[in-house]
Amino acid sequence: MSYVPLTTTDLMLAATLLIINAAISWFFRLQLEKSIAIAVVRMVVQLALIGVVLKFIFAQTSPTWTAMLGLVMIVGAGIEVMTRQTRPLRGWQAFGLQTATLFFIGITVTGLGVGIIIGPDPWYAARYVLPILGMVLGNTLTGMCLVLDTMTETASRERGAIEARLALGAHRFKAMSNVLHVAMRTGMIPILNAMATTGIVALPGMMTGQILAGVDPVEAAKYQVLIMFLIAGATALGVVCAGVGAIVLLTDDRHRLRLDRIRKKS
Amino acid sequence: MLRVEHLRIGDLSPLTFKVADGECLAIEGPSGSGKTRILRAIADLDPSQGLIFLDGAERNEMPASDWRHHVRYCAAEPSWWTETAQGAFADTEKPEAGRLQRLLAALGLAGSLLNRPLSMVSTGERQRLALARALMDDPKILLLDEPTAALDPQATALVEELIKYQLLSGRGVILASHNRAQIERLAHVRLLLPKRPRAGTTAEHAA
Repeated sequence: MSYVPLTTTDLMLAATLLIINAAISWFFRLQLEKSIAIAVVRMVVQLALIGVVLKFIFAQTSPTWTAMLGLVMIVGAGIEVMTRQTRPLRGWQAFGLQTATLFFIGITVTGLGVGIIIGPDPWYAARYVLPILGMVLGNTLTGMCLVLDTMTETASRERGAIEARLALGAHRFKAMSNVLHVAMRTGMIPILNAMATTGIVALPGMMTGQILAGVDPVEAAKYQVLIMFLIAGATALGVVCAGVGAIVLLTDDRHRLRLDRIRKKS
Repeated sequence: MLRVEHLRIGDLSPLTFKVADGECLAIEGPSGSGKTRILRAIADLDPSQGLIFLDGAERNEMPASDWRHHVRYCAAEPSWWTETAQGAFADTEKPEAGRLQRLLAALGLAGSLLNRPLSMVSTGERQRLALARALMDDPKILLLDEPTAALDPQATALVEELIKYQLLSGRGVILASHNRAQIERLAHVRLLLPKRPRAGTTAEHAA
């Protein structure tokens, strides 16, 4: 088994496939030409940049550099949680809470996975820490977005029922318990589906990458199982934090439902 | 006794009034004049400025849930969070034995209604069930928003009878209603809201 590096010519050849995208957009008048161009340029620049940055950081084997890129990834994920929601909550508290949640989960789960389970030498080896942190953050933020979107939408729709319970003297967590229940289920389902169907429909990206790089498929599968456990745990934690946090932010200390804290549809 | 002092809600003029035990205050005014907003503010369901005292204790002196145990708001269109009404009644802590049966009987409702899916219960029955739900844990003040809006004359008479009984047993009632005749029958004091809010609205005792 050997690893075949790609040349610039190879990539140019693959880029010709984008002509299909452009042709479809033109033929059906989707007016996506500009969006396609921006997306393609962004993807190439971002991936080239991260390739160079990772090469630099891997060469350093310094925990400081690893931690710094890790922090950038966490803040980026925090911003992504805000921008992905259809109707996010107003104010810096929402952003702060989400970023703090991602920080806490990213550090503990990646620490557990790399530091204790995989145990590379040195334990902070960026080659292990950063990709796993990225996968943990990506899946956690997807779960959190689903929970937050469901919370704001369900709370708006079920306003009467929530306020009926509050009016009867219920604590805000009790009044919102049905909403939380629906939202947490919604947040957990994608990762459960992913675990149930992985390997049947498509090979996960990381496993594919390892196989292409020449790793024994059985070893690659073992790594994939480990990653699935890590992201399942991380998603569950993210779902709980996002749900409970959303209740706190959607209500105030007098246990009033504060739908005015949800941003209006733009 | 409930005492409201300089209660400010949005663009409404500040309100000052009191409701003694066993007294019924009716809030009158056209649609959009703020009847519901006043009731919601007194139950502390919406943020508002001003002081509200229940038997000498200001609302902020006690947890919001305690306040709403004593000062009970009944929405004009009651909402439910369970499949059947039974589930919603299960929320009440330590219900006094037989209280629910007595309330349902007084409101002309059959006990079997509790286990019927709420989507198959009529609007009028749901409104009466919500009144029973509100009375289960002995609130001191009732804030009733159009309590008979969805009811036929017979059910309206039963509900009014129940409200009178609550007044006799010492509860204070604030009633928001469009129904002039009902206000005549129940209210001791009236609060008339102008269509356009003006300064200094206070309650006047009915002649």
